[in-house]
Amino acid sequence: MAPLWQRGVGGIPPRRQRAPSLLLRDPASMLGLGIVLVTVAGASLAPWLATHDPTAVNLEQRLLGPSGQHLLGTDHLGRDELSRLLYGARTTLGAALVVLAVVMGIAFTLGTISGYFGGWVDSVLMGLVDLLLAFPGLVLAVAIAGTLGPGLLNLLVALAAVWWAGYARLVRGMVLAARQREYVEAARAMGASPLRIMVTHIWPNILGPVVVLVTLDLGWIVLGISGLSFLGLGAQPPTPEWGAMLNDARPFLQTAPRLLLAPGAAMVLIVLGFNLLGDGLRDLLDPRLRRL
Amino acid sequence: MQSYLMRRLATLPVMLLGISIISFTLLNLAPGDPADILLRLQNPGTEPPRAAVLEYRRELGLDDPLTWRYGRWLVQALMGDLGDSYRTGRPVALELAQRLPATLLLTSASLALAVGVGLPLGVLAAVWRGSLVDGASRLLGLLGAAVPGYVLALLLILLFAVKLHWLPAIGHGGLQHLVLPALALATGSAAQVMRLTRASMLEALDQDYVRTARAKGLGETAVVLGHALKNALLPSVTIIGLSLGHLLGGAVIIETIFGWPGAGKLAVDAIFLRDYPIIQGFVLYMALVFLLVNLLVDLSYRWLDPRLHFGRQKG
Repeated sequence: MAPLWQRGVGGIPPRRQRAPSLLLRDPASMLGLGIVLVTVAGASLAPWLATHDPTAVNLEQRLLGPSGQHLLGTDHLGRDELSRLLYGARTTLGAALVVLAVVMGIAFTLGTISGYFGGWVDSVLMGLVDLLLAFPGLVLAVAIAGTLGPGLLNLLVALAAVWWAGYARLVRGMVLAARQREYVEAARAMGASPLRIMVTHIWPNILGPVVVLVTLDLGWIVLGISGLSFLGLGAQPPTPEWGAMLNDARPFLQTAPRLLLAPGAAMVLIVLGFNLLGDGLRDLLDPRLRRL
Repeated sequence: MQSYLMRRLATLPVMLLGISIISFTLLNLAPGDPADILLRLQNPGTEPPRAAVLEYRRELGLDDPLTWRYGRWLVQALMGDLGDSYRTGRPVALELAQRLPATLLLTSASLALAVGVGLPLGVLAAVWRGSLVDGASRLLGLLGAAVPGYVLALLLILLFAVKLHWLPAIGHGGLQHLVLPALALATGSAAQVMRLTRASMLEALDQDYVRTARAKGLGETAVVLGHALKNALLPSVTIIGLSLGHLLGGAVIIETIFGWPGAGKLAVDAIFLRDYPIIQGFVLYMALVFLLVNLLVDLSYRWLDPRLHFGRQKG
């Protein structure tokens, strides 16, 4: 059976009603969705949930254990760990969303141009994609971020620069398939410009599947951001960020292992959440895999 | 097969050229004037006079057009000269060559671990679907994919080095130094290999040829190993090539944590010392390793699956 998004209208019940209800019945996906929603809520409500200023240094209260005042204790500069964790979720998830938006922007623009026009434009763009995919992604990202210099913005540039290639190829493939469809033919016959056909006719039809595939990847993006931040290439002190917090915790592995465990557990949970949700969504899109 | 091999090998120089262009661009992206940086290194503590910098720029050929400089750099790179490290003044190729074996040791040990654990676990999980083994493998697969390598690395150090004193936390030398970094690096890939093997194994076990094999009275072991696994192996072979990319990237972080004297640690150190030629050389080397291994994987894939090869000949 064709993937869900390729199925015709006739004879098959509209998927928009079926897909979400199927997802709701899958406990693993629901767990993933729950984790993601809770984390997003924690990140967005950080200013109201946090009990302390995440960057307020208090050297008299350094490395305190959990207490009523500091639920998760304090770090090596006496900053409230829980507040840093909440604000850190903002940095990490916000950065992931920015990378995602930029990657989608580039991938949709170049992928559509490549797939719609074909010819030498296609050859050049897909040659560039092949080339970028010939690099181990994280290695190239580390090198770009390292060359541009440490900083959150440079990190985002580096990740977006290596991440768009795979999606551009994906979008191109879907545009190629969409070009053959009757609705594009009809739009062209009515005299719609290529830009109009691409943006108002093709994009709405391929947006859903691509977004779902990206969800599968969000966990990887989060891992990339915090991994590079862990190396010191991303968010700079005192900005709270989970990867940077883990790096800060390294010298205190022996004396205060909870400084490692709190952001570590948060990282594992959010990546697990994205993976569970992504798996569920992918199974919906590719019913062949559902029984697995 | 031969024509495919030829075509694949023919694209290799094109890819290498492209990689060299990206690598060269990277070096030119770097802030700061190399002539200025090098002069400061040669005379530490003094501000190089403007005239000397300009003179040195001319000497280094930095005033030439970009295409000319790229051509000259390419010729030198082809002869194995990637420039000198800003920090030590030694050739980049030499610095990297000294560090590369440690990285290759770490990544190949991790790859072996990932395949050695992930593949059998995936097969067993599929064969005993729904069993305790299956449940445990799937849980491990989910967790393994979600735990970042560096978090796992720190947890392993905390448990085995700090608390139990069983293994050293940092350093390089005997097998005991390799265990923790390889484990930290391999887990994510092992989870991936496991999940993919399980899925393709389940699909293979559902095929008609497996039913036929069972119907003609073959033992379960022969069916699983001789028929299902042989076909299920194909996707797993591809993932090995892709895993290598993750491993090389992950090694950058893992080497830094464990003080493992590999190319990744060299590159990270170079980043903070603004030693751009080293960073550039590192990317170039890693891309080469990645490209060559994936070429091998691709070729073995063709060799494992004759259908691809015949289909191509007809078309």
